[in-house]
Amino acid sequence: MLEIKNICKTFHPGTINEKKALKGVNLTLEDGDFVTVIGGNGAGKSTLLNMVAGVHTADAGQILLDGIDVTHLSEHKRAKYLGRVFQDPMMGTAADMWIEENLALAARRGQRRTLRWAITKKEREEFREMLKPLGLGLENRLSTKVGLLSGGQRQALTLLMAAMKKPKLLLLDEHTAALDPKTAATVLELSDKFIEEGKLTAMMVTHNMKDAIAHGNRLIMMHEGQIILDIRGEEKKKLTVEELLEAFTKASGAEFANDRALLSK
Amino acid sequence: MQRRGRRNGAATVLLRGIRMDAFITSLPGAAAQGIIWGIMAIGVYITYKILDVADLTVDDSFGTGGAVMVVCMTSGMNIWLSMLVAFLAGCLAGLLTGILHTKFGIPAILAGILTQLALYSVNLRIMSGMANMPLSVMKYNLLLSLRKIPKSILVAGIFVVVLIALLYWFFGTELGHSLRATGCNQAMARANGINTERNKILGLILSNGIVALAGSLITQYQGFADINMGRGAIVIGLAAVIIGEVVFGKIFKNFALRLFGVVCGGVIYYVVITLVLSLGLNANDMKLFSALVVAVFLGIPYWKKQLQQKNLGRKGEANDAGN
Ligand SMILES: Nc1ncnc2c1ncn2[C@@H]1O[C@H](COP(=O)(O)OP(=O)(O)OP(=O)(O)O)[C@@H](O)[C@H]1O
Ligand SMILES: [Mg+2]
Repeated sequence: MLEIKNICKTFHPGTINEKKALKGVNLTLEDGDFVTVIGGNGAGKSTLLNMVAGVHTADAGQILLDGIDVTHLSEHKRAKYLGRVFQDPMMGTAADMWIEENLALAARRGQRRTLRWAITKKEREEFREMLKPLGLGLENRLSTKVGLLSGGQRQALTLLMAAMKKPKLLLLDEHTAALDPKTAATVLELSDKFIEEGKLTAMMVTHNMKDAIAHGNRLIMMHEGQIILDIRGEEKKKLTVEELLEAFTKASGAEFANDRALLSK
Repeated sequence: MQRRGRRNGAATVLLRGIRMDAFITSLPGAAAQGIIWGIMAIGVYITYKILDVADLTVDDSFGTGGAVMVVCMTSGMNIWLSMLVAFLAGCLAGLLTGILHTKFGIPAILAGILTQLALYSVNLRIMSGMANMPLSVMKYNLLLSLRKIPKSILVAGIFVVVLIALLYWFFGTELGHSLRATGCNQAMARANGINTERNKILGLILSNGIVALAGSLITQYQGFADINMGRGAIVIGLAAVIIGEVVFGKIFKNFALRLFGVVCGGVIYYVVITLVLSLGLNANDMKLFSALVVAVFLGIPYWKKQLQQKNLGRKGEANDAGN
C-alpha cells in the first residue's frame, strides 16, 4: 500500500539551523495496516507524515502509494489518495464555511472542481446520515459555521471529512493531543470505527503510549529521524508500556527521561 | 479635466456659504459615483475578504480599464466590446500579480505594488503617452455620463445587479467554494485536493477584471481617462467594504446581500465625502481624510479584541470589582 524508501529530509541545509529531520527512513505498509507512531519531541514523526502528504519534498528517496510514485507530486494532487487530520483542530476545516460546505469540499477531494453547484440536495441528506453516528448533533446544524464548533466537534468533523472518500491512506498526526481527555477518547474511538468500517490503511502519531499499544496492529517508534522499533501482530498485542520503554533504551542508547511520551493519560 | 473643475466648483460654492444646497444638489452625483466605485469595491471584496489577500494592483488596473475603454471607443469599437476588452485587460493585470505572487514567491502586497508600478507605464502606452484622454458623451453613445445622472444611476445599478447575480452563482459552484476554502484555510484546502496557487491567481484575475470594468464605467461617467484616476482605489474599495460590513453586517448575512452591502458602502462613502467637502474640507485633504477613516475602521475590530482580552484578564483576577 505505502512504500517509503530511504526518505531523507534536512531542513535549512548548510546553515547553523541545519536539522536532519529524517535520515533514510524505510517503511512498508500492507493493505489495512493501522500503524501507531511514537517517539520523542523532534523525532521526525510529523515530518514523516508530512513527507507522505507532500507538505515537504524529499531530499532523497521515494514514496509509493499503491504502486504510484508520488515522490514529486504536489500536495494537492496527492490529496486524492490521502485523508488527513492534524494536531490543531483549527487546521482541518474552513472556519468561515458551513458544516455542509466543508463536507462538500471533502466529498470532491481528488476531483476537478467544476462550475456545477457545490452541494446537491441528495448530498445534503447523505451528509446528515454521515453526521448522525458522530453523536454530536451536528446533523441538525448543517448550515452552522464550523468556526462556531468546539475543538472536539471540529476534530470529529475533520475525521469524517478525511475518511468519507475512503482514502488509500489515513494520516492522523496527534489528532487528539489538543483535546480534553474525554473528547480525546471519543475522537479516538471514532477513528478506530472509521478505520475498521472503511478497511482503511492508517498511520497515527500519538504521544500516549497506552493508546499506541491499544490501537492498531502495528507500532513503530522513531528517534532522531529514524525508525528504531517496529512491532506488529501478536507481539504488539502483548506489549506493555514498561517493555516499550525498555526497548527504547536498548535501541536508542538513550533514556526516555523527561519526555512527553512518558506521560500516559 | 471636468473632475477637477467640479471639485474647484464645490470649493467655490463653499466659500459663498451655500453649503447645504450644494450638498443636496451634489447628492445624485455622489450616488452615481458611489455605485460605480462600489462595483470596484466588489473586486476588492473578492481579494481582501474571500481570498484574504491585500491586492494593491487595483490602484492601476482601475486606470487600465479606463485607458482601454477610451482607446477602444475612439478607435471605433462597439461600446460593449470595449468594456469587455477593458475587463479582460484588468484580468491580465490580475494574472500578472497572481504569477508574481505564486510562481515568483513574492508576498502578495509587493506583487501588487510591482504590477501597479508596471501598469503605470502600460497605461501611458495604451493612451499613447498622454496622461489624460477625453471620451466625450457628445461624440460617443456612452452608457453613463455626468450630464445624465439619473440614467447613469440606473445603468450602474443594473450592472451591480447583474454582477452580484453572476458572483452569487460563481461562488456557489464547486470552483467558487474551493476559492472560498483557499482564502479561509490553505492547509485544509490543499489537504482536500484544492490547487491553492491556481485559485489565488483565479481570484486575482476575477477581482482585477471587475476593477477594470468599474474603471471603464467611471471613464464614461466622467468623460475622460486619467493616468491617476485609480490613485487610492484600494483605500476607497476597503472603505466601501468596511462601511458595508459595519452598517449592514448584522442584517445582510446572505452572500449576495453582503455584496450589495459593499455597493451601499461605496455610496455612503461618496455621500460622506461630499458632505465633508460641503462642510468645508479642502478637496486636497480628501485623501488624508479617507486614509484616516479607513485606518480607524480597520483598527476598530482589533481594539475591540484587545479590550475584550483585557476585560477577560481582569475578570480572572479575584476580587476585582472595577471592571
Ligand atoms: N518546517 C520546518 N522547518 C524547519 N525545521 C523543521 C520543520 N519541521 C520540522 N522541523 C524540525 O525537524 C525535526 C523533526 O520535527 P517533527 O515535527 O517531525 O518532530 P515530531 O516527531 O513530530 O515532534 P513532536 O512530537 O514535537 O511533534 C525537529 O527538530 C523540528 O524542529
Ligand atoms: Mg509532531
